Amino acid sequence: MINSYLKYTDKGIFCIPGKFYLDPWKPVDRAIISHGHADHARPGMKHYLCHHFTTPVIQHRISSDISVVSKAYGEVTDIHGVKVSLHPAGHLIGSSQIRLEYKGEVAVFSGDYKVAPDGLSAPFEPVQCHTFITESTFGLPIYRWEPQEVLFNKIKNWVSQNQAKGYTSIFLGYSLGKAQRIMKLVEGLGQVYVHTAIENVNKAIESAGFPLPDRQIMNIENKTDMEGKIVVAPPALFGSKMIKKIPHGRTAMCSGWMQVRGSRRWRAVDAGFAVSDHADWDGLLGAIKATEASKVFVTHGYQATLAKYLNEKGYEAYELLTGYGEKDEAGVDTENEENKPV
Amino acid sequence: MKHFSQLISTVEMTNKTNAKIDALAHYFDTAPDTDKLHLITLFTGKRRRRPVRTNLMREWCLEITGYPEWLFQECYSTVGDLGETIALILPQPTHRLDRSLSTWMSEIKSLESMEEEKVESYVKDAWMGLEPQERFIFNKLIGGSFRIGISKKTLVNGLAKHTGRQPAQLMHSLMGQWSPENISFQELVSGEHINYDDSRPYPFCLAYPIDKSVEDLGDADDWQAEYKWDGIRGQVVRRNEKTFIWSRGEELVTPQFPEIIEAFQGVKDDVVIDGEILPLKDGNVLLFNDLQKRLNRKNVTKKLLTEVPVEFYIYDCLEWNGIDIREKPLSFRRQKLQGLVASIQSPVVHMPKLIAFTKWDELHPVRENARSVNSEGLMLKERNSPYHTGRKKGDWWKWKVDPLTIDAVMIYAQRGHGRRSGHYTDYTLAVRDGDNLVTIAKAYSGLTDKEITEVSRFVRQNAIEKFGPVRTVKPELVFEIAFEGIALSRRHKSGVALRFPRIKRWRKDKSAADIDTLESVKQLIYHG
Repeated sequence: MINSYLKYTDKGIFCIPGKFYLDPWKPVDRAIISHGHADHARPGMKHYLCHHFTTPVIQHRISSDISVVSKAYGEVTDIHGVKVSLHPAGHLIGSSQIRLEYKGEVAVFSGDYKVAPDGLSAPFEPVQCHTFITESTFGLPIYRWEPQEVLFNKIKNWVSQNQAKGYTSIFLGYSLGKAQRIMKLVEGLGQVYVHTAIENVNKAIESAGFPLPDRQIMNIENKTDMEGKIVVAPPALFGSKMIKKIPHGRTAMCSGWMQVRGSRRWRAVDAGFAVSDHADWDGLLGAIKATEASKVFVTHGYQATLAKYLNEKGYEAYELLTGYGEKDEAGVDTENEENKPV
Repeated sequence: MKHFSQLISTVEMTNKTNAKIDALAHYFDTAPDTDKLHLITLFTGKRRRRPVRTNLMREWCLEITGYPEWLFQECYSTVGDLGETIALILPQPTHRLDRSLSTWMSEIKSLESMEEEKVESYVKDAWMGLEPQERFIFNKLIGGSFRIGISKKTLVNGLAKHTGRQPAQLMHSLMGQWSPENISFQELVSGEHINYDDSRPYPFCLAYPIDKSVEDLGDADDWQAEYKWDGIRGQVVRRNEKTFIWSRGEELVTPQFPEIIEAFQGVKDDVVIDGEILPLKDGNVLLFNDLQKRLNRKNVTKKLLTEVPVEFYIYDCLEWNGIDIREKPLSFRRQKLQGLVASIQSPVVHMPKLIAFTKWDELHPVRENARSVNSEGLMLKERNSPYHTGRKKGDWWKWKVDPLTIDAVMIYAQRGHGRRSGHYTDYTLAVRDGDNLVTIAKAYSGLTDKEITEVSRFVRQNAIEKFGPVRTVKPELVFEIAFEGIALSRRHKSGVALRFPRIKRWRKDKSAADIDTLESVKQLIYHG
């Protein structure tokens, strides 16, 4: 048991009185979904509940005829006496922490989150609770992100150096989340071309009423159009023929794992920017503290390390093994797995 | 340090040699002269004793951060590099230090004679005055060695691009004896110091593995064949009655081989000889493993000299009576050697006989049986070839024996270093011995990056036990391993030692039930 009404099962975290699961990794009847990444929003659930902006994304990724209920941030839904509400997690557009209250006892499930604002997703809001279930993707003190403006300057310098030499700046980032973030970061630096896989997600997000920066769809038939411009593509295309065809391409990988030299050099890209959609070490500790929770459950990432450290700091902390952060069959689409040092 | 930090960032990110050369040339174009000299020292210099012990640096870092030791350890094992771990976990800098590379390097050198307290405050002040990337570089400077993918050759090419001078001449200059304190950058690149330097070696001429059938090399009469030996390629420089031995890694190894020095004692002429340092006992060539005992030692004891005696097999002559004869034909150069060997009259120096052949056909069986004399195969050289600088295709070829292979299962995995530090790249492999598995070899190379990623994922999901950085894994993954030789060994648990084992391919079609047995491996010793 996680608290008096949440239970850890082999399908996911189950709310006993509410009869629903939080981001279940196996098919269940009712699932509340924190965000649209494939390891959190899986196919096969009879009913989904998620944020407005997440709905078109999971419809695009899973199926257009799934049963799904959309909610706004802060809107409270009563499910069999459990008060359920979604709160901004700052991970990507529509990403939510899930707050549950039953008989005065509050639990918050973080999903994936990032505390620093990125100018795109609704900024993370700490939610007070008794029990906090937190992710730990970057739960080591070596992972501490530079401020957004420092990162922006680095990226801007790289792009303008490339432009000065007539090189095409190619950014690799997951189609949901990272790609939109990169589009926002490079907005105004030059014409942006995006791969169709990214544009499909863009359209889904825009269909929910969220406008994204200007871009064009890359068409390799007209590759010379892209010369000296900016291209955003999914990381799976790294080293592919399509990327190689782009004239004078210089490639940058954008991922929190790029913080470590070994990971940067492993990919043999031209540049690596530690741009992450997850909280860094200080972010995790700060967020946990802000919840004022006394009990903390640590999921996917460096769960053992973070739980041990929290215990030493006076929390009652446990690690929780979940199905998050694992690669799905369709390939990697989140930051959890790919590029992670072992 | 800004230029330098920029250079490191560029170089470590690219695997394109030309991009590295450009970055180096750009550095030489923009950095001050003293910094250039220090940069060259850093990438060519010998390892210094580190002025600050690593455990002190770790201790100070823990003091600043307040983190528990185990958390530091956890970080270190993820990053795989102490200097980088410290650079990443320290808090944001509190001030900004802007010093040149040469200032940092000489300050760090002066730490050697400082009291510990002063060293501590110097290091802590530097840490808190630098950005993470600069901190990392600072920590590496303290360590005295930098391994970031700048080879001596890349460095020389960058320098050549900057100065417009010949790479070979620059290689000479850098290989000579100098230190940034007693030479200027201009003097170094113009090679003013090397005329006075008796030890000056020539760049080694290297051969490629043959990429066609020998018959396609043309007329057999134009070629010479000799056994290829797996010792240490060495260059003996004898000038002004002083002898120096250079290894192929362009390091002076003179003190490690006193018997060779002694043999050259009486030589009056100035000569430079290329050859192979080989361990031999009672006329038989020993294994490379034995020779390793002689390497990287400060003192070669009498005991070691009798246990692993070495001899020098002469291949080529680069300088004769003080004249560079590298452009003369090989046959001419070898003629010179014959007289020399006769005059030396030492049991330690030999000029191995060429393998006589008139048709290529005759060479095939010789090569196939090379392993019986502990040779790796044959070397084919064009009789008219000059002694090239570095690796040139066409005149010299390695024609090695096909390696031996066995199938073995992975039982331990360990993380790699440098760019491979995020993956499991070092594997311990086993064969079957009755109901048990027995370690047969360690292999570090042969898989593609994609395969390594896949194996790493397997290791993460199938690790049974953790011993520091080592993971015990379920014995499931089968690899075909290739190796150059095999011998009985008392030091190995399995009783056999493999020479230069590496992964030939991942046998996804095989399971642990299909691997070789110790018995079948030992058969190779007798029938190999």
